[in-house]
Parts: sequence; structure tokens; C-alpha cells
Amino acid sequence: MTSTPFPSGAISQVSGPAVVLRGNDIDTDRIIPARFLKCVTFDGLGAQVFADDRSEQNGEHPFDRPEHQGAAILIVNRNFGCGSSREHAPQALLRWGIRAVVGESFAEIFYGNCLALGIPCLQASSEEIDALQTAAEAAPQTSASISLEPAAIEIEGRRWDLSMAADAKNRLLGGQWDATSQLLQQEQALQDTAARLPYMQGFVASR
Amino acid sequence: MSTATLYDKVWALHQVAELPSGATQLFIGLHLIHEVTSPQAFAALKDLGLSVRHPERTVATVDHIVPTTSQARPFADGLAEEMLSTLERNCQEYGIHLNGLGSGRQGIVHVMAPELGLTQPGMTVACGDSHTSTHGAFGAIAFGIGTSQVRDVLASQSLTMNKLKVRRIWVDGALQPGVFAKDLVLHIIRTLGVKGGVGYAYEFAGPAIEALSMEERMTLCNMAIEGGARCGYVNPDQTTFDYLKGRPHAPSGEAWDRAVSWWKSLASGADACFDDEVKLDAATIAPTITWGITPGQGIGVDEAVPTLEQTPEEDRPLAQEAYRYMDLQPGQAIAGLPVDVCFIGSCTNGRLSDLRAAASIAAGRQVASGIKAFVVPGSEQVAAAAEAEGLDAVFRQAGFEWREPGCSMCLAMNPDRLEGRQISASSSNRNFKGRQGSASGRTLLMSPAMVAAAAITGHVTDVRSLPPA
Repeated sequence: MTSTPFPSGAISQVSGPAVVLRGNDIDTDRIIPARFLKCVTFDGLGAQVFADDRSEQNGEHPFDRPEHQGAAILIVNRNFGCGSSREHAPQALLRWGIRAVVGESFAEIFYGNCLALGIPCLQASSEEIDALQTAAEAAPQTSASISLEPAAIEIEGRRWDLSMAADAKNRLLGGQWDATSQLLQQEQALQDTAARLPYMQGFVASR
Repeated sequence: MSTATLYDKVWALHQVAELPSGATQLFIGLHLIHEVTSPQAFAALKDLGLSVRHPERTVATVDHIVPTTSQARPFADGLAEEMLSTLERNCQEYGIHLNGLGSGRQGIVHVMAPELGLTQPGMTVACGDSHTSTHGAFGAIAFGIGTSQVRDVLASQSLTMNKLKVRRIWVDGALQPGVFAKDLVLHIIRTLGVKGGVGYAYEFAGPAIEALSMEERMTLCNMAIEGGARCGYVNPDQTTFDYLKGRPHAPSGEAWDRAVSWWKSLASGADACFDDEVKLDAATIAPTITWGITPGQGIGVDEAVPTLEQTPEEDRPLAQEAYRYMDLQPGQAIAGLPVDVCFIGSCTNGRLSDLRAAASIAAGRQVASGIKAFVVPGSEQVAAAAEAEGLDAVFRQAGFEWREPGCSMCLAMNPDRLEGRQISASSSNRNFKGRQGSASGRTLLMSPAMVAAAAITGHVTDVRSLPPA
């Protein structure tokens, strides 16, 4: 578990050791099994991340290996975070210590949940991810560094270009990944939108 | 870029603003909450000193954690009790209506809202649950969100969203007897893959879709997310309007007529353009069942577990993991595979028509010895309707347990779960490792009728070939 502070403000780079988790379609039930969702705060989730996979692998899961303790960057494969919308999944990763995820692709709800917590999810082709994973596995204790603009990761002097959707990048760089205050700024537009939706007026005859 | 689709029209109507990041601020017409993904959202609201902007547009129920045997309070599970009492307190404090246990209106959130007429065409619907895609059956744009976004909807009745592309899935022909909407959606996911829908909304259209009842459309849209599509929808038509008319929250009188004409105007027009289109023939689809650990690992009940050679190279590691986890051999026939537990219910298949289909198989037959079989209605209304027509008695006489409404063993956040390496025939939506409450438990997804057939024979059975009772 981490003592690194949680994300706040503008996020332009993330650095720290990288941990590799191979496999396509790793779902949020695996990231955090449903029984751990019985909670009214997210506080205890860090210890429970990948609980069943870790217990099955008996100490050999990357999240249990001693060389990966303190890792901040997670490198995954395709469609990571599919399935349930539970924000508990990125919350558990965050509380374990993950501050950025790099993968071939992400499930959309998971991606949005990460963004809302200030965790950048960056992408690369499957060949590049494979090379990146190999490089990261060879240097588990080395600090890798991710920049958002331009989107790239560097491990042991080798550099890979990454991609990231423009709006997510803008929100992280601008420190606006936590959307609430922005949404509340649009008072007039919110009123106007509600006013033009017939169901918001009970379908009364327009005047 | 898609144009003139229902998705485009509903999106444009709900667009509040373009945010500086380039994302859209989208107004949410209906917000549904439950006990699992809302407590932290309310806590955050409190921390920020914010109120709920439109408490009348948020409706709550309790579903994930409720026991399905005794629902007496306090629950035996202290954590479950704490979650429900927290929801009750939050709803009371913020003036949000809660369809609680015993209200006659409690149920799985995606069963409850449609049957009350809360879900209507042309709305945007959000809920902290990925199966919110269900509500797309009405021609709504409905999608699951995380807890931070639940907070945002509570505070602002809006969300930061990016517009999706639209793929039309056109289904010709008609489903054959013994083949249901569940088989259709498992077939679609098998065909397009579990990530095929990432970045897309799925519009389901064509003669086979138009022929589906509202409950069947809900089953179909429910599992759009299993295909990677955050939302799926069906254009509203007479079937939609007939379903909605007279429901508690549906408009009535003159408002009804105005609503119907507005709803009709939102359907994808003849001039609609799609980003992508896929065509399927419903008549070729067999009862479909998953054999692996993702919903995309599906096959016809008359097929064998695919071999590695039959599997695209990129999917082979997952197939190998699935053989091992499921303890299945490549090339092994799926029919005849023994099961331990049979579960009928969930937001996918816990509605009255699902229970009728299963009951028609159970009637006059007996659950095989050693099989645990149970039926969990999707809501208190479904339970009452099923009991009124005697389905509970049919199930009980056949040896099924008849339970109280809730999410039950779909995700096992309640006492209903697999033990050890038990294998279940399940009418739910996810066969992920550990999904049904045991870290080594195994799940075969199928239609309610197929689950009932498996309960009767004790093994995976083509429901079309079951000998007469």
C-alpha cells in the first residue's frame, strides 16, 4: 500500500515503478470482487485489490511480488476494466498505489471512473504494449515516467509514444478532472436545457 | 459521424454545454440510485456542502445486498444492514423517493424503473450500475456511471460525457421456438466480441427486434454492456407505447398524446446515418450458452467448446485460462455438462415473461436430485404478478425454491452464492471468475428456459429437445 498522496490539481506527469499485469478483458469483478463492495466508504479497498486472483496465485501475483511494492504505473493489455461500473475498482487500484494505467484499450466506464479520480489511462498498440511490458518486467525497481503532453512513457532511457483522448488530457492538464464544480458553473444552461425537455414539464401543452 | 439517429437527437436535446476540455455536459433526465454505489456519492456531496439539484428526478431502491430468503430487518449481515440504513438516511435527508422493501415497488433497479413507467423514450438515464443500458429498450439513452459521477448527477443533474459512435445491429428474420432475447444477445456478443462495442452505442433494429416484447428488448439492451457498448437502444414504437400506457409514472390524458408524438419524433429516421452497421439473421440462432469466463465465450448449445485452432490468436490466452478455470476440454460438447446450481432471476432475466418461460419448462417436471434450483423475481411487482398466476406454485411443485426479489446470485453481494467449484446454470449476465460469490465458482450463462431445462435434467440441455412432461 502507498503513502503517495492522492492525485490533486493539474496532472501532467506520473512517475514511479511500473507493474505489469498481462491478460485481455480483465474485468472489474477481478479487480475488486463484489463482496468488498459492502462498504460505505472506499477507505479499505487498497488491501483487497485483485483479492481472488492474488489468493489463487499464492504470493506470485504481480501485486504481491516484493519487487512491485510501491509501483505507481500499471501496464495492462486489452479491454481492461470491463464489466461492472463499480468505481471501487479504480479506487482500489488508487489506494494500492496506482497513479496511471497504460494499456492497449480500456472499458469506457472504467476509463471515466479513473479520470474522475485523476488517474490517467494512456494507450498504445498491442505490439508496443508487449514491448513496454517486457521492458518494465526487466526493470521492476526502476522508476518509469509518463508525461501527458506529449503522451509518452520512458523506462530505462527507452521511450514509447502513447495516446490519450484530447478531452481527458485537457481535463487532467487543466486540473479539471473532478467535474463537479465545472458542471455547477453552467446554471443558466442547465435551466434552459431542463426547460426545453417536454418530460421535465410533464408534457403540458406549450404556450 | 452518425446523424438523425435517436441517439443523435436525444444527445442534442440534452446537451447543456461544451466544456473547455472539449467534452459535453449532458443533462440527465432520470437518475436511479441503489445502496451499493451511492453512499460515497452522498458523503462527497456533504463534504462539498452541496445539495441535490433535482431530488424529484432521482429514484432509489435497494437490490444488490438484500437477502432473498428473509428480508426482515435488521438484516443478519451487519454490513448489508448498514448499507440499507445509509441509503434510507440519505434519501430522507435529501428528499429522494425510495422504493423500499415491502413498499410493493422495490426491485432490481432495472426492473423497478421500467415497470413503474419512470423510464420513458427520449430520456437520458444514468445509474451507478453498468446494466443501466437496460433502459435503452424504451428508446432512452441510458448508461452506467461510477460513484463520482453519481455525485455529479446529484449535484448538477448532469454529467461530463463524450458522444459515442452509433452502430446499427440489424436483425432480420425471427427467433425460432425455444430461442429467446437472451440467446440473441449472447449471439451478438459472441459475434462482435466483448470489446466490439467500446466507443459505440448499439442501435438494435430490424424485423426480429421489432417483434420483441418490451421485456425481451430489456434483456437485449441489458447486455449491450457485456458487448462493450455502454448503451444500447431500440427505437420506440407501438410496443413501447402499449407497455407504458397506464403505468404509475407514465403521462396520462392529453399529456399522453403529446408524449407519444414527441417520442415518435425521436426514432431514427429513414435519413439516419450510422457509423457502422452489422446484419444478423435471427432464424439461424440456436439457444446460446457461455462456456468460458467472459460473456463473449459463447456457443450454441449444440456446439462444442472451441479448440485453440478455432480461436483467433489474440483470444487464445483467455481461452486457455477459461479451459483451466472451467475445467473444460477444447472440443468437448457443452450439452450434457453436469451443473450443481440453477439460478433464475437478475436484471437480465427476472421479469414476468422470463418466469413464465421457465415455469412452462418446470411445469409437471421435477428438479433432478442433488441440484439446487431457485427462482428470484426481479421485483415485488413481478413476484406479485407471478404469484397471482400461480407460477410460484408451479416452481415449488417442481422442486425450485421461490425467493424474495433482489439481485441474488447474479453478483452474490447477499447470502446467495456458489460454494467452492460449483457450476451454475444462470440466467444472469456475467460469467467472470468469482462473479457468483466463490473465487473458484463457475457460471454458464443461458436463457431462463435453458436454466429450467438444466435444473430438470441436471445437466446442460437443449430446451428444444426436452421430452414431454
